[in-house]
Amino acid sequence: MQIVVDLNRCQGYAQCVFLAPEVFELHGEEALMYEPTVPADQRERVRRAVAACPVQAILSGEQAVADVR
Amino acid sequence: MSGEPRGGRIVVVGASLAGLRAAETLREKGFAGELTIVGDEALPPYDRPPLSKQVLLGRVRARDVGLPRRRAVDARWRLGTPAAGLDTAGKRVLLAGGEKLPYDRLLIATGTRARPWPNPGEAALDGVLTLRTADDASRLAGLLDAGPRRVLVIGAGFTGSEIASACRERGLEVTVAERGPAPLVGALGGTLGALAAAQQRAHGVDLRCGVTVTSLRGDGGRFAGAELSDGSRVDAEVAVVALGAVRNTEWLAGSGLAAGPRGVACDAGCRAFDMYGIVTDDIFVAGDVARFPHPLFEYQMLSLEHWGNAVAQAEVAAHNMVSAGPDRRPHLAVPAFWSSQFGLNIKSVGVPTFSDQVVIVQGSPQERRLVAVYGYRGRVTAAVSVNRAKWLEHYQSLIESGAPFPPGPGAADGPGPPLSPVPSAVPDPAVLSHGPSVALTGHLPDRRLAVVHHQDG
Repeated sequence: MQIVVDLNRCQGYAQCVFLAPEVFELHGEEALMYEPTVPADQRERVRRAVAACPVQAILSGEQAVADVR
Repeated sequence: MSGEPRGGRIVVVGASLAGLRAAETLREKGFAGELTIVGDEALPPYDRPPLSKQVLLGRVRARDVGLPRRRAVDARWRLGTPAAGLDTAGKRVLLAGGEKLPYDRLLIATGTRARPWPNPGEAALDGVLTLRTADDASRLAGLLDAGPRRVLVIGAGFTGSEIASACRERGLEVTVAERGPAPLVGALGGTLGALAAAQQRAHGVDLRCGVTVTSLRGDGGRFAGAELSDGSRVDAEVAVVALGAVRNTEWLAGSGLAAGPRGVACDAGCRAFDMYGIVTDDIFVAGDVARFPHPLFEYQMLSLEHWGNAVAQAEVAAHNMVSAGPDRRPHLAVPAFWSSQFGLNIKSVGVPTFSDQVVIVQGSPQERRLVAVYGYRGRVTAAVSVNRAKWLEHYQSLIESGAPFPPGPGAADGPGPPLSPVPSAVPDPAVLSHGPSVALTGHLPDRRLAVVHHQDG
């Protein structure tokens, strides 16, 4: 599972930081930092964070080109 | 348009953010034909913003920044294979290996690359590098892990400033050399440039403004230091060249498209122009390599090196590639970008360089949190927040509605003296600068045109 956060949209509500603190953290007052490659044991927490984001800025999905042929 | 809009062959040249999102949108809109995606890098599409932040801080490995896909794209991926030429009459993309890919419609999304250090011998010194790709970030993170005594960052645009920030956070000594009067001036002008300069110095950066690096010195093939234009010398073990980006248009030379150092010109629907200014109907452009007219900015041709623009423009281009004329959409998104550095979260909407004045409407530089609004000829054209992202949305609506500048009372966060706009001190768009993230190119022809007729053999 990969994630990317649209940081134009992110306003630092930090719901993701509460729900998945090992993947998301606030760097300074409101800059969000995150791990784009989600560790297997964090996937459920990240799913909750994706759903809870008030501005729906987090996209999760399989790594692009998983369907390479 | 040749062929059925939802059938035929589409080639996407460029396999980064814009290329990926365009391919997904093509399938989402019902494109059922053959899709080929060409990319010069061997890696699957990845996200670049973390490279100068999480990756340099050592929290994320450079190979772990892959982009998630929105949906399967059922494409043939030609990764690690640069495009080398384009035959618009024969409708074929020439790949570096000599192979020719026929297309019915083509999307150009080849983006930019880091501007290299101009002296090739000095650029080849061990310890001199640029930061654009995951490989670059991996190398730089490795060099920082080794604990160099000093890092020299050449150029204080967003990338250079973020690199310097990561170095200081890791406890490394950093010298930043910037040609302009302050960091970020090329993108944000004088007021926020002054704040950025103060913040860098407060974080222990040895910031030298108004100077250029005249030469890089080596010692046994290893970078050892630099000479500056003010006669001073800097001893350092790593030099990061952060002099902005070069648009990847060389492969289009001789194609007859309006492609040059400032990008590939296209209309509001992302259709490429040819060199005579005639719009094509089978070639589309998206992302950093595109220059397009924007009605909010007097239809100037804008080139934006912004993450959000790559996504939005790719979606519009893909939609238009599979839609008949009346169903096509214009790319009108308000430009937006962010940067985080030295504890500041900087977010921008609009085009700050399209301005003559700026005024701080909320907060102050002393508080390290503020909103600055930019105006051009009495109209709001941009706003930048520092550590106050939630305040920015309001100003986007002022930009979109062409609200008068300075903005009226009611936007301020408390009673105080009346707003006093000052000159925005952004670089003259007619002067090429190494650092801006926006190039305004509306009235500046790139080069003389030559009429070339290709006889296809």
